[in-house]
Amino acid sequence: MIALLLRDLRLAVRAGGGFGLGLVFFLIVTVLVPFGVGPEGALLAQIAPGILWVAALLACLLSLDRIFALDYEDGTIDLLATSPLPLEGVAAMKGLAHWLTTGLPLTLVAPGLAVLLNMPAGAYSWLLLTLLIGTPALSFIGTFGAALTVGVKRGGLLLSLLVLPLYMPTLLFGAEALRRGAEGADNTVPLLMLAGITLGTIGLLPFVAAQVLRINLR
Amino acid sequence: MSIWEYANPKKFMETTEKVLPWLVGLTAVTILPGLLWGFYLTPEAENFGSSVKIIYIHVPSAFIAINAWLMMLVASLIWLVRRHHVSVLAAKAAAAIGTVMTLIALISGAVWGQPMWGTWWAWDPRLTSFLVLFIFYLGYMALWEAIESPDTAADLTSILCIVGSVFALLSRYAVNFWPQGLHQDASLSVDKAEHVADVYYWPLILCIAGFVLLFVTLVLYRTRTEVRARRLKALEARERMA
Amino acid sequence: MAGGGPILCLFACAAIRYACAMELKVSDLSCARGGMPVLEGVDFTLSGGEMLLLRGPNGIGKTTLLRTLAGLQPALGGTIIMPPESLAYGAHADGLKAMLTVRENLAFWARVHGVPDMEREVVRALDEFNLNDLADRPARSLSAGQKRRLGLARLLLTGRPIWALDEPTVSLDTESVALFAETVRRHCAAGGMAIMATHIGLGLEARALDLSAFRADPDSCRAGGGSVPADAFFGDEDLA
Repeated sequence: MIALLLRDLRLAVRAGGGFGLGLVFFLIVTVLVPFGVGPEGALLAQIAPGILWVAALLACLLSLDRIFALDYEDGTIDLLATSPLPLEGVAAMKGLAHWLTTGLPLTLVAPGLAVLLNMPAGAYSWLLLTLLIGTPALSFIGTFGAALTVGVKRGGLLLSLLVLPLYMPTLLFGAEALRRGAEGADNTVPLLMLAGITLGTIGLLPFVAAQVLRINLR
Repeated sequence: MSIWEYANPKKFMETTEKVLPWLVGLTAVTILPGLLWGFYLTPEAENFGSSVKIIYIHVPSAFIAINAWLMMLVASLIWLVRRHHVSVLAAKAAAAIGTVMTLIALISGAVWGQPMWGTWWAWDPRLTSFLVLFIFYLGYMALWEAIESPDTAADLTSILCIVGSVFALLSRYAVNFWPQGLHQDASLSVDKAEHVADVYYWPLILCIAGFVLLFVTLVLYRTRTEVRARRLKALEARERMA
Repeated sequence: MAGGGPILCLFACAAIRYACAMELKVSDLSCARGGMPVLEGVDFTLSGGEMLLLRGPNGIGKTTLLRTLAGLQPALGGTIIMPPESLAYGAHADGLKAMLTVRENLAFWARVHGVPDMEREVVRALDEFNLNDLADRPARSLSAGQKRRLGLARLLLTGRPIWALDEPTVSLDTESVALFAETVRRHCAAGGMAIMATHIGLGLEARALDLSAFRADPDSCRAGGGSVPADAFFGDEDLA
């Protein structure tokens, strides 16, 4: 299974465009916001937590349809399904690979973009922490969504429609934890909820995704 | 004879054909008096004015909007466990009705909210949950449309319905974290302590009963259509093979 | 997640099975495609060293049968008896990654199948299909025939005795077909088995099974309740 993870990471690096695209998208969305709402620092600082979380979520969404679609087209999924690897493990590794190539880099560059939105310096650690805790949930929910739409030609838009409502609790708790943290308020509960969602999705959704893949293969 | 007999499409078609005319009649004699009673024979509330009468549309449609999803959840589980085609087709049939009911609840709520709260829309937990529910309905129907093989579509939409239910509940809980809330408490509750006034209560109950009957009738009609469409697909597939 | 232990153990068992008598026994098998039954009553037994060629017109269900044997889709009825994890499936799509080199592609599948002494096995597979000169080229630069050879080389790295192959010779030139036939012959000589859906002879001594004989009768679709997984559910009567 480690082989699968390494292969996916290697492919992500070699494919060039795909890897950096999410990051660039994150940057662009963040840059667009001041153009839309005006350059006033106080306002930007106030909405920065929400903007950064929404932008990270959209950047994550962008690369979801690649999780299974390519492997489905070239028959890799068929061969993996007949290999000794359990399909549940395959789904989990796919989610992990997606997080390592999307969620983690997004988290790491987020403080840089927070500067652009005039976020108070004390909030950076909360930004890193909430994204670090929350983005794995985005990848694993996305893996489930990608498994659902793997058999649909040009399923990208459908995938977004299915996955976005599933993202809502993660987004709400993540942004709420960050906002409260940035204001110096107590954010234990949303932070724990966020961690709970992440653990729940990592623990359960690979099993559902594997079942969905089996249904799509037959 | 077990209840599962009715999951046989043939049996289902026979039974519903006999039952449906009665159901239509029953719906009509429940919903019409309910609405008329509510609209014309109840007093205007002192602090609400005549806008209070939207309650006879708003509350029943919201009730159906949520329970239609619950029904889909149960039907999806039945399909996944017992593979009864009628069950999953009924879930498919209920989705469109649930969507419309959600939309009616949202719009009637907005129309009511405008004079009451001075705004068409607020990001209140209840309102937000309904918007989320609406998007879930759209996703569920879109997945049905996108997948060609009927059995695959049935399996995948059923799984989506179950996973979606978990996340919908999470969303419902999550929005409570927002500090604001405009919506009044539940209009009805079992212990009858926090009800709307008695004079509005009985016509409201009648309207809800009418909407439930309307929902059942429409779901049965649509399920019949889905069964026929499914049979058509089966016949076409057989034609291609022969 | 899974350690090397159980996988290694499985392969040790596979090696033993390989040597002793093993067989693939298919009885009264029915398969469906897209919910419609296409084949029924398929019966055959294949023992170590034998190969079977599936024949029949397009659309008869050769691919469906192979996918059912591989466990990718459930059978409608009947039984398939074979040792667990003993079948390697190969189809039109080879599961190759254009961005990886030939060697990396093979090494990946060798690792997935937990092949011990991976390096040597990969070199052997490259040799067998005459891919040595291409080993460090990315798979995207290969011709269709070369890709096909790479896809077939993967079979050697699964370490599995039963090969279920769907049109393995598509886009191969005569020379490569001979190469492939020789590989299959050697595989079977070592006690392996092969089931292939193919139109050409390969010059191998093989039994042929014409699937036309097992075409499912569309009118046999029963009307009935319960959990029949096929469209057969609806029967013939008019549903008003």
